[in-house]
Amino acid sequence: MNGTRTPTAAPAARAPRTRRAVLKPQGVLLAVLLVAACVAPFQLVPFRVFQLTMVLVYAIAVLGLDLLVGRTGQISLGHGGFFAIGAYVAAVLLDRWDVPYPLTLPAALAVTFVLGFALGIPALRLRGLYLALVTMTIAIFLVPLLKRFESLTGGSMGLTLTKPDAPAWTGLAQDQWLYFCVLLVTGGATLAVAGLLRSRVGRALAAIRDNEAAAEVMGVRLSRYKTLAFAWSAMLAGAAGCVNTWVIAFVSPDSFTSTLSIMLLAGIVVGGLGSLYGPLLGGAFVFFMPTMSQGINQAAPGVISGLLIIVIMYVAPTGLAGLAGRASAARLARKK
Amino acid sequence: MADFIQQLVEGLGSGAIYASLALALVLIYQFTGIVNFAQGELAMFSTFIAWSFVQAGVPFWLALILTLAVSFLGGMAIERIVIRPVEGAPELTLVIVTLGLFILVNAAAGWIWSFLIKDFPSPFPESALHLGGVSLNYSTLGVLGVVAAVMGVLYALFRFTKIGLAMRAVASNPASARLSGVRVGRVLALGWGLAATVGAVSGVLVAPVLFLEPNMMGGVLVYAFAAATLGGFDSPLGAVVGGLVVGVAETLAGAYVGAIGSDLKIGVPLAIIIGVLLVRPQGLFGRAAVERA
Amino acid sequence: MRNPTRTTVRSGAVALSVLLAAAACGRSESGGPTAQGACAGQQTTGITASSVKLGGIYPLSGPSSAYGEIPKGVKAYFDYVNAEKGGVNGRKIEFTVRDDGYQPPKSVEEARRLVEQENVFALFQTLGTPTSAAVMQYANQRKVPQVFVSSGASMWGADPAKHPWTIGWQPSYLSEGALYGQYLKADKPNARVAVLYQNDDFGKDLRAGFTKAIAGSSVKIVAEQTYEVTDPSIDPQMRNLAGSKADVFLDITTPKFGSQALAADARNTGWNPLHIINNVASSPTVLKPVGFKNVQNIVSAAFFKDPSDPQWADDAEMKQYKEKLKQYAPGLDPSVPYYTQGWAAAASVTKVLAAMKCPTREGLMESARNLKDVPSELLLPGIVMNTGPKDSYPIESLQLQKFQGERWTLFGKVIDTRVGL
Repeated sequence: MNGTRTPTAAPAARAPRTRRAVLKPQGVLLAVLLVAACVAPFQLVPFRVFQLTMVLVYAIAVLGLDLLVGRTGQISLGHGGFFAIGAYVAAVLLDRWDVPYPLTLPAALAVTFVLGFALGIPALRLRGLYLALVTMTIAIFLVPLLKRFESLTGGSMGLTLTKPDAPAWTGLAQDQWLYFCVLLVTGGATLAVAGLLRSRVGRALAAIRDNEAAAEVMGVRLSRYKTLAFAWSAMLAGAAGCVNTWVIAFVSPDSFTSTLSIMLLAGIVVGGLGSLYGPLLGGAFVFFMPTMSQGINQAAPGVISGLLIIVIMYVAPTGLAGLAGRASAARLARKK
Repeated sequence: MADFIQQLVEGLGSGAIYASLALALVLIYQFTGIVNFAQGELAMFSTFIAWSFVQAGVPFWLALILTLAVSFLGGMAIERIVIRPVEGAPELTLVIVTLGLFILVNAAAGWIWSFLIKDFPSPFPESALHLGGVSLNYSTLGVLGVVAAVMGVLYALFRFTKIGLAMRAVASNPASARLSGVRVGRVLALGWGLAATVGAVSGVLVAPVLFLEPNMMGGVLVYAFAAATLGGFDSPLGAVVGGLVVGVAETLAGAYVGAIGSDLKIGVPLAIIIGVLLVRPQGLFGRAAVERA
Repeated sequence: MRNPTRTTVRSGAVALSVLLAAAACGRSESGGPTAQGACAGQQTTGITASSVKLGGIYPLSGPSSAYGEIPKGVKAYFDYVNAEKGGVNGRKIEFTVRDDGYQPPKSVEEARRLVEQENVFALFQTLGTPTSAAVMQYANQRKVPQVFVSSGASMWGADPAKHPWTIGWQPSYLSEGALYGQYLKADKPNARVAVLYQNDDFGKDLRAGFTKAIAGSSVKIVAEQTYEVTDPSIDPQMRNLAGSKADVFLDITTPKFGSQALAADARNTGWNPLHIINNVASSPTVLKPVGFKNVQNIVSAAFFKDPSDPQWADDAEMKQYKEKLKQYAPGLDPSVPYYTQGWAAAASVTKVLAAMKCPTREGLMESARNLKDVPSELLLPGIVMNTGPKDSYPIESLQLQKFQGERWTLFGKVIDTRVGL
């Protein structure tokens, strides 16, 4: 079935011929990354651990967005909204009913999945820019809506919560514990997406992205898969929002402005669409870009942010992961 | 009844503002086939340029002409410098680039002119017309008039000129257009230049009402999108009618529908965008696109 | 052909064993340096005999960037004190400014950066209510002073037992709202009031203070409208309020919307209520774009001196402010009240630093919580800072003012909002 992919859209590493050659270093890289991810919190100061945690939080959301943008070619400028809903579901459950915090995750997943599915149906009829417009407006609309239900959401003051402490048996500090919780969710989400993409569903999605009409002719049930992709994507953004609440322990409408949606979309494009490490790079971009910008020009950090986004699009139109992928593909080509 | 008519008039007033920006959006979509998220910010930037001219003692109308010229050149320059390198890239890349431009222009304006609000002279008299308990500001009338004029010019441009034809060819299929001898690059640059000029008109019309500051157009943009969607992204008439309908709908809903109130007014453009796209995706005045697989 | 799943599993196993090995070592949170002698055991992070490090968080990017002007005034004051007074008690003040774009998660990150990376002594000014609220929990958990929060929300002083490390500065929005209520009760006992307020904590607090003050009197609210900061214009709201024919208009807005409301009121010749505008939107930078002739006799309240008010032209503090701002922050226009406010807040915190008995974080909070009639530069005559075990609001006095000619004219007495409210 790999034949349905067009060579431009699929990262070179995925072409069957090169699989053996590429898989090995990829496996090693993955192992190194995992080991580093597990050792890091014991080597770094708490602030850096916190930063890494936030990168992972955003990586989950970007991973979800990748499922939609990278795998089915739909554009959403409203994933900040699903992020917000996931965050609020967790916050309200913790604040109102003192639910044990691990249980907030399935709740956030369920709510955002259902909402994503409901929105996925009208989204079916929208392509490209129109979907971007609709999702953007929905995310903007969410802010006054959250304020309207003040008794539940705390209105514009938001909800202040307490961060979960590490269980005594782990001997971990709070930052480390939260880091591992988020790492676990990120890992779970990545495996789930990888499994999904390797299944029939993944092939159907790829077929839709590459040529919708052809896929339909070949018997792919467009509406079903597109709606589901939207729902899964929303669900992952919701998961990111939920773990964000664990880490930040504060939600308010101002936490989830349209800037977040823009940054998430920029994150996946900068990180690299449809690639394994794209979401991780994207998460790092979302988190570190504002910091970097004000490091360069404190008088107007936005100028640098805007410039960076544009410049990265020039230098690496397929994202940072794509840049690396192209480099390795070029190397392989030379070897032959 | 007078109150209802007054609300209607207020709605038309805000609608005219949305329409003015929607015209620029429609224009650039016609020329280049993309939706420019930075259009509002470019309009704001142009308005700051006009403000600087006026501050430097240039008479208002001369300042306006200078600003339109600068905006036209600026728009073309942006196409050359910012858009050209990613020409032909997927839609998504273009969306991201215009979003980057949005952030950049907004911050640059704040850096140059600060975020403190500025007053911008209105070309229209301050007073209002009173007709049987309903008051109608001259500025509202003036904005409506200018928007109608711009719409007419654009319609003529699209419909009757050679460049309009070339532009439609480029927007629908750049490759074929190039093969048939259209200078695609020039047309695209022209599109950006014209859209920036129309945007500058919009900014200058809006600034006396909303006050000039870097975030002036941010709130207008969503409504302008709703207007363009409603009217159809390929119709100047549609953009204006769409803008007016959105303005009136928003004002009336905020005033008379208790559940919406003034806090959830932003739901009105949302409902309009979704409704239109579900029922009539090409908009009221747009032409349906037939997809060739 | 290797199975990718197996690779993942294997690498996962390696990772897990490393994790367990590392976890066995554990790692305890290390505290910072502490003082000796009389102040033994108290935290001395960020303070030495010759320097003290402060950190502030403001929106320098994004829609609220106008407030990014405030730290420029703060910085100018600290530069002046460092250069001409040798700092405070021989300690030079180092002030680090960070940008949070008015996004609470970012504020938390920047607070942690300042505290854990930059090792600041205290957070001086976090701007905004949701942003400061997000930081509050961290500051208190970590026992880092969060002094003179730049927001008028009442929460900074509401529960000193729970949040001993956080304290506000300016009069709360609640007390400002109450002040307007008191004023109407006394001056226009039968006022029918139309209210426009921003749909957030600021708008709601101010309105709540007002509503509480007029409860039981014959001052009545006859119409209310809200707006969102994302709204392009508030003209439709103004139309609805004008329909009420109220004789007082309470305008609870932030600067841009303040200008719009004033302009809409001026345009509408058929409705001429007494226009009360809240302090946040009362600066000349808001009024001037509307045209001074259009804002005559509007009423507001103030707690610091207006740099464009000629009655302070010969005032020593004002002269010094204008002169030193020019010297240490060339290019800034001293008549912009954001700079004045930053200058005044910086002066206040310098007073608190100077009065510390122990040069420690604990000592700073103790000093901030024991202010007895302390005057501070640029505050209106008669307005002093007062705090105590049960009072965590440093400034609680305001004076009403009326706009006449090209400036605000103070009238009535300085009103201590603690009394009778």
